[in-house]
Amino acid sequence: MLALLAPLLVSASPGSHVNDALILGDTLPPRLQDFGLLVDGRTPTPGVRAYHLNTPLFSDYSEKFRFLYVPQGQKAVLKGDGLIDLPVGSVLIKSFGYPADLRAPDRDVRILETRLLIRRAAGWVALPYVWNAQGTEALLKRAGQRMSVSWTHFDGQTRTISYAVPNANQCKGCHVLGDAITPIGPKARNLNDGVQLQAMKQAGLLTGSLHGLVRLPHWDRPETGSLNARARAYLDVNCGHCHNPKGPADTSGLWLNWDQPADTNLGLYKRPTAAGRGSVGLDFAIKPGDPGQSYLVARMQSLEPGIAMPELGRATVHTEGVDLIRHWVREMP
Amino acid sequence: MQVAAIALMAAAPALADTIRVAAGPDAQERLQAALIEAKPGDVVDMGAGRFDLTDGLSLDVNGVTVRGAGPDKTILSFKGQQAAGEGLLVTSDDVVLRDFAVEDARGDGIKSKGADQIVYKNIRVEWTGGPKETNGAYGLYPVESRNVLIDGAVVKGASDAGIYVGQSRNIIVRNSTAMFNVAGIEIENSYDADVHSNLATRNTGGILIFDLPNLPQQGGHNIRVFSNRVIANDTPNFAPKGNIVASVPTGTGVMVMANRNVHVVDNDLADNGTTNVMIVAYQSAFTDKAYNPLARDVVVRDNRHGRAGFAPAFPGGAELAAAMGGLFPAVFWDGVGGDSANVHFGDPVMAISLNLPAQGAAVTAAKPGPYTAPASPAPAALPTILMPAATEAAAQ
Repeated sequence: MLALLAPLLVSASPGSHVNDALILGDTLPPRLQDFGLLVDGRTPTPGVRAYHLNTPLFSDYSEKFRFLYVPQGQKAVLKGDGLIDLPVGSVLIKSFGYPADLRAPDRDVRILETRLLIRRAAGWVALPYVWNAQGTEALLKRAGQRMSVSWTHFDGQTRTISYAVPNANQCKGCHVLGDAITPIGPKARNLNDGVQLQAMKQAGLLTGSLHGLVRLPHWDRPETGSLNARARAYLDVNCGHCHNPKGPADTSGLWLNWDQPADTNLGLYKRPTAAGRGSVGLDFAIKPGDPGQSYLVARMQSLEPGIAMPELGRATVHTEGVDLIRHWVREMP
Repeated sequence: MQVAAIALMAAAPALADTIRVAAGPDAQERLQAALIEAKPGDVVDMGAGRFDLTDGLSLDVNGVTVRGAGPDKTILSFKGQQAAGEGLLVTSDDVVLRDFAVEDARGDGIKSKGADQIVYKNIRVEWTGGPKETNGAYGLYPVESRNVLIDGAVVKGASDAGIYVGQSRNIIVRNSTAMFNVAGIEIENSYDADVHSNLATRNTGGILIFDLPNLPQQGGHNIRVFSNRVIANDTPNFAPKGNIVASVPTGTGVMVMANRNVHVVDNDLADNGTTNVMIVAYQSAFTDKAYNPLARDVVVRDNRHGRAGFAPAFPGGAELAAAMGGLFPAVFWDGVGGDSANVHFGDPVMAISLNLPAQGAAVTAAKPGPYTAPASPAPAALPTILMPAATEAAAQ
């Protein structure tokens, strides 16, 4: 009798299929597994699709695993080269983890946390879940958490940082436009690699025209774009979600979004506003030709709270990213 | 009858809760959790004692009161802060912050952004090591908000401004003390503000009314600075270079830059080594075509002046003072804009104009002379700033 029931129990257990009712409800589920979106931190359940970005946000050298769920029978809609419009009931899923050694990024990956952005009828909801050490269960941590993380870096040295899982407010700190929570990553231009969006259309997940779509370069692959284009892609993805005319950093007047014209508001000869010691004693965000006199570069290189940019999610310096921006500033006329 | 009663109950808002948070271990997680889980109408009641915080705190729920046991009893210490640009960040409306202290934030003390009807009452923000360039920029930092009420605050040690209100409208800053900051109180790119009954002392500059280019809100105007004591602002400027306040001469009382319709009235101004009142245009080059760099429609009258101008701390200041018999005047204007700027001085002290020919001109181009107001009438008195009744009541 028990043996007969066993297969039924397995198929009915949480985790094997997506729980649309939970996604659409108004609760804050304490267990990630109850959504049925992931088998483990990096393995989606059927119907949940992995995606990648041309230029990702730097997150302290963590490996990130991104997934998208669109409810059956519905479609995301392409709206120009900005954010794709996801229907109610959709979920964006991002897991963060570290391989033991960055030189072997697929081996021995320990997943630390999974963040969900859920599109409910009333708007987007951001929920951070933290995995236990065994990677068997992830629990809601709305107040965030710090944890010590170590890995072997590209240079063979061990790195240890205090990794911060953001609290629910900090999620909104970046994911906000005007007053509402919004996704940041899945912009059509950043998903557009010539294959991915086409495949999503073919799978019936996406509708709209791909004609003439902008393709954001890979920040670290020179064959995908000019120095200027790659630097602007990097700034758009790493800074532009706050530093845009409607974002959390709008009051600074420093706008680093992809479509910002190259003028004072992009930082060219822009003096600090309400920056305090964030100016690090320099007169301009960007002094063309002189990265050493540009506080935008200096703030990317700093680890001090009150100076370091971005303010959240960065406990290490992204050396390679800073090099790109320094090169870009140096080459400016 | 029973049906009516049920309907009434359903319509009533959920009962407001008081969420108590005690000082002690795990303060970060416990206090942050309370700030996240609070519902509109709730009070987050922080006990007496020290909260050692490891990250920034934030509140994003409307209608919450965050209360301590007193600005010397409930202390949020950010000495061990590892991230975030401020100690406490508020991004929701109708929030009341009262009766607690924020110490040693790595960035700003308390920032509220897009937070309308915000009350800061009996709040102390302090960098406990005294004035240092490595201190955070702003003590209290409401920005992009409507209806800002700051009452009874004490701010010490900010490396930019102790109390800074930016890109906001309908503002009252009163009964507050700003000491040992670069700028004591600064109103920047804002409209409709009353700054009154405050004490600004031992700062680099006491009270600044500024406007800067290339920002979402600019064109600052309708500002009253009255019944304040602006005394002995003598702390050498310790702002990080590049910031606009790094250009404020040590020993400045009240400084008005690039604003319209500013009234400096009935203040006690004394012992400010550069000058008691300085009215100037924005100095630097700018590209923003919508920006007006001039101070205009300014009236300075009925203030009581003590000693001033005995140590003018700007390039060429000592020479100017020497040419004028040893003391720099207690009231001066850079003269940019001429008569059309409509600047009126009515205090019984010597006032001069530097008669600078244009915005951005060097002090070496000054042709200082006694100032007489233009024939045009002084700007009419401005109405008193009022807060919504509930906002005012929350500050009592």
